[in-house]
Amino acid sequence: MIRVELPHFDRFDAWRASARQLATAAVPPDHIQWVTKGDAADLFGGEPMPPPGNQPLRVSKDFLTLARTVSFHSDPERWALLYLALVGMQAERDLCQNPADPLMIRLGALAKSVRRDIHKMHAFLRFHEMPSQGPRRSFAAWFEPEHPILEAAVPFFAKRFADMDWLIATPEGTAHFDGSVSLSPPGPRPDLPPDAGHELWQTYFANIFNPARVKINAMRSEMPLKYWKNLPETRLIPEMLADAPRRVRAMAEAGATEGPGFAAKVTARVRIPQRTTQPTTLAEAGQQAAICTRCDLCHAATQTVWGEGNPGASLMIVGEAPGDQEDLLGRPFVGPAGQLLREIMAEVGLDPEQAWLTNAVKHFKYTPRGRQRLHQNPNRGEIQHCRWWLDLERRFVRPRLTVALGASAAFSLTGNPAPLTARRGKIEAARYGGPTLISWHPSLILRLPVAEARSARQELVGDLAKAAALIG
Amino acid sequence: MAQMTLQRKLAILSDAAKYDASCASSGTTRRDSSQGGIGSAGGTGICHAYAPDGRCISLLKILMTNFCIYDCAYCVNRVSSNVERARFSPEEVVTLTLEFYRRNMIEGLFLSSGIIRGPDQTMQDMVRIARMLRIDHGFKGYIHLKTIPDAAPELVAEAGLLADRLSVNVELPQDRSLRTLAPEKRPETIRATMAGVRLEREAATDRSFTGKRPPRFVPAGQSTQMIVGADDTSDREILRTSANLYSGYDLRRVYYSAFSPIPDASRALPLVKPPLVREHRLYQADWLMRFYGFEAEEIGGASPDGNLDLEIDPKLAWALANRAAFPLVVARASKEQLLRVPGFGTKTVSRILAARRHATLRYADLLRMGAVMSKARAFVVLPDWRPGQLTDSAGLRARFTPPAEQLSLF
Repeated sequence: MIRVELPHFDRFDAWRASARQLATAAVPPDHIQWVTKGDAADLFGGEPMPPPGNQPLRVSKDFLTLARTVSFHSDPERWALLYLALVGMQAERDLCQNPADPLMIRLGALAKSVRRDIHKMHAFLRFHEMPSQGPRRSFAAWFEPEHPILEAAVPFFAKRFADMDWLIATPEGTAHFDGSVSLSPPGPRPDLPPDAGHELWQTYFANIFNPARVKINAMRSEMPLKYWKNLPETRLIPEMLADAPRRVRAMAEAGATEGPGFAAKVTARVRIPQRTTQPTTLAEAGQQAAICTRCDLCHAATQTVWGEGNPGASLMIVGEAPGDQEDLLGRPFVGPAGQLLREIMAEVGLDPEQAWLTNAVKHFKYTPRGRQRLHQNPNRGEIQHCRWWLDLERRFVRPRLTVALGASAAFSLTGNPAPLTARRGKIEAARYGGPTLISWHPSLILRLPVAEARSARQELVGDLAKAAALIG
Repeated sequence: MAQMTLQRKLAILSDAAKYDASCASSGTTRRDSSQGGIGSAGGTGICHAYAPDGRCISLLKILMTNFCIYDCAYCVNRVSSNVERARFSPEEVVTLTLEFYRRNMIEGLFLSSGIIRGPDQTMQDMVRIARMLRIDHGFKGYIHLKTIPDAAPELVAEAGLLADRLSVNVELPQDRSLRTLAPEKRPETIRATMAGVRLEREAATDRSFTGKRPPRFVPAGQSTQMIVGADDTSDREILRTSANLYSGYDLRRVYYSAFSPIPDASRALPLVKPPLVREHRLYQADWLMRFYGFEAEEIGGASPDGNLDLEIDPKLAWALANRAAFPLVVARASKEQLLRVPGFGTKTVSRILAARRHATLRYADLLRMGAVMSKARAFVVLPDWRPGQLTDSAGLRARFTPPAEQLSLF
C-alpha cells in the first residue's frame, strides 16, 4: 500500500502530480491510500512512492476540469475515485464522454454538489463592515460551507470586491484580501460587529415579500436551512409567514376603495381622447389610424404604419402591407423590398420625398416561428377593412396618378381581384375615380429566380418611368 | 410633512416594487473590478436570498417613486390608490445599491418607477441614477431599468448603453384588456418601444468599417411581463401573445405574474387570487416553446377550452393528446422527437444522444442519467422495456394525476 498525503491548500495540484507519477508507474488503484493532511494516520505504514514509469498517459481537458471540481468535495473517497477514472480512461479513451458510465455518473454527482456549494457561498455569504485602518473600506464574513471549497470560491470575491479589504473565515481556513488573496489555516470565529446595512437589508427583505403568494418549499429548496443561521434576513421568516394569512384576509376584507378626489383630474390630463369624428386633415386621419382596431391584425403587429412623403403629392404609390422592418420602425417601404423600390424610383428620376408612399393594409401580418416572423399576405377582409384609411389618404392627398404595386393594392384601389399578369402596365380607374397604374410589387422581384426577376424588374422600371412621364 | 427616514422610504418603495416578477441577473457581458471600480457580472446570475413567496432576490428591486399619474386598475401605485407615497433621491438609490452590493446581498439594481410629471422626466431621472452608478462609482454589477413606454427614444438609447437589461411590461395579454384597465397606456406604444430596443440592439452588433465594435446595447437583452388572471384571456391566447413577442422583439424572457390581490384594490378587478399553479404551467409552456421546439398552438391546443391542464404538466398533456406519435424507440429517435417525450429534459436528451454512441441504452441507464422514467416509460421503447398497451390505455392520465378526493359531507 502506497500512502499519499495531500496538503491543506493546493490539494488538486498535489494530487495531480502524485497521480501522474503513480499512473505512469502503472500502480493499480487498490494499491494507493489517499489521505488529506490532518486525517488520522493509518495503522499500516506505507510503501515508498515509486519513480515515474514509462506508461503513456492521456487525459482530456474535460476530465481535468471535472477532477479539479471533484477535488473540493468533502468525500474522503474522491481521490481514489479520480485515480480510478484516470486509469480507466487509458483503456477507454472516451470514458469521459459517456454519460451512462456509473463511475462518470458518480463523479458528476460529486462535482455538481461542489458547484452548488460554491454557488451558495457566493450567494449567501454576507459581509459586515469593520473599522478600517487605511483609505480602503474593510469587511469581514463568516461562512460554513458543506465542502472544503474556500480556495475555489474566493477568486469570485477577489474579482468582485477589488476596491475593499476583506476577510472570509470558514471552519476550513481563512481568506484575506488586500489587493491579493492569501489563505491561512482556520482561526477562531471572528467577532462581527452589528452593521446598519444589515438592518436596512432586513427592511428590504420583509417588504419585498408578497403575503398573497406563500411558497415555502420553493424557498427552502433553493435556500436550504443549513445556510440560515448566518443570514441576517432569515430570522424574520417565521414572523413573516405567521402574519401572511392575516394580511391577505385584511386585504380581502378592506375590499375595493375609493381613490382620492384629485385622481380623475390628474388622469384627465394624460388620458388619450378617443376621437370618433370624421377626420378633417391627413394628419388627423394618421392619428386615428394609429389606434385602429378595425381588424384583428392590430393585436399582433407592433404599430400602424401610416403613409409618408409629400402630403400634396401628385403621385401616390400603394404597396401591399408593411413587412417586418416596416412594422418595427413604423415607416413604409424601409425593408428589402422598399429599398429596391427606392432604388428603382431613383433610376427613373422619382423622388420618394415628393410622392406619397403607403400600403393597402396598415398592419403587418405574420406567423411567429421561433425567433422569426414569417410574412403573410393580408386576406380580402383585411384589405376591405383597411380601405377606409387608404380612401382617406387618397381624398386628402388628391394624387393625379396612383400606382398600385401588387395584387392586394390593385384590389384595394380598383375593387377588381383579377390576376395581375394581364393587367400589369395598364391604367385602370380607381373605385372613386382617378387613374391607377398597375405594376408588380418589388418583393416579387426578390422572390423570383434570377432570369425572371430581371425581366420583372425591367417591367417595374418601365411602369414607374411611365408614371413619372404622366405626372411630369 | 416630516422628513421620512431612508428605512421608511425603502419599506414603501420595495413594497411597491414586489409585483414585478423578473429578478434575473444572468447573461450579460463578463466584467469585473480588477481594473478599478466595484463589482462584477456575467455568466449565471446569483440569487442572494429567497423570500417566503418562493421568489428569488437577486437584485435590489425598488421603485424610484410610487407617485404616479396613471390609473392602471391592477397596480397598487395607481393615482387613485390611497397607499403611502414616497420618493427616493437619486443619491439615496445609489447609496443603497452600493452598500447592499458591498455586503454581498445583491447582484445589482432593478429600478422601476411610477410616472411623475411625464414619461420623459421620469426616464431622465432613472437614466441619471444608472449614469451615477456606472460612471461616477465605476459600478460593474447588473442594472435592469424599466423603460417608460412614452419616453423619448434618445433617453431609451442612453439607458440601453448604461443598463444590462431594459424591460417594458405589456401588462396584459390582450390589447382590449389593457385599453380598459390601463386607459393611459397604449399597447402600440409599448410594442413600438420594444421594437426600438430590438433595432438598437441589432445596430449595436454591426462593426464599423474599421472593424471597431460599437458599445454593447443592453447586453442581457430585454424582457417583459404580463399579468395572468386579471382578465378572462385563455392560456392559448396568452401563449400566442408570447410567441408573437418572442418572434418580434428578440425578447430574452416573458414573465407571467399571477394576478395578486393588492391592498387598496380597484373596483375594476376581482379580489380573488388565481391558482399559482396556472402561472407555473405557463412558465413550463413557455420553456417548451423556447427550448423544446413546441409551437404555441400545439401546447394551447392540447385541451379544447384552450387552458392548460393544472393537474399535469403541459408536455405530458400534449403527449397524452398526441399518443399517435408514441412510443418512440430511444435508440433511433431524433433529437426533436426525444425532446417531446415527457420526463426527458434538454439535459437528459443531450446525454442520451451522447451515450447512445457508446452503448445500447437500457431502462436503468436512462434512470441514472436523470430521465423521469415514471413519466417517460409509457412513451418509449428500450431493449429491455416495451410499454405495450400502456401508451394507448384509457387510464394513462389517471396515473399522473393526484388521487380523487372524497368531498366532505359537512
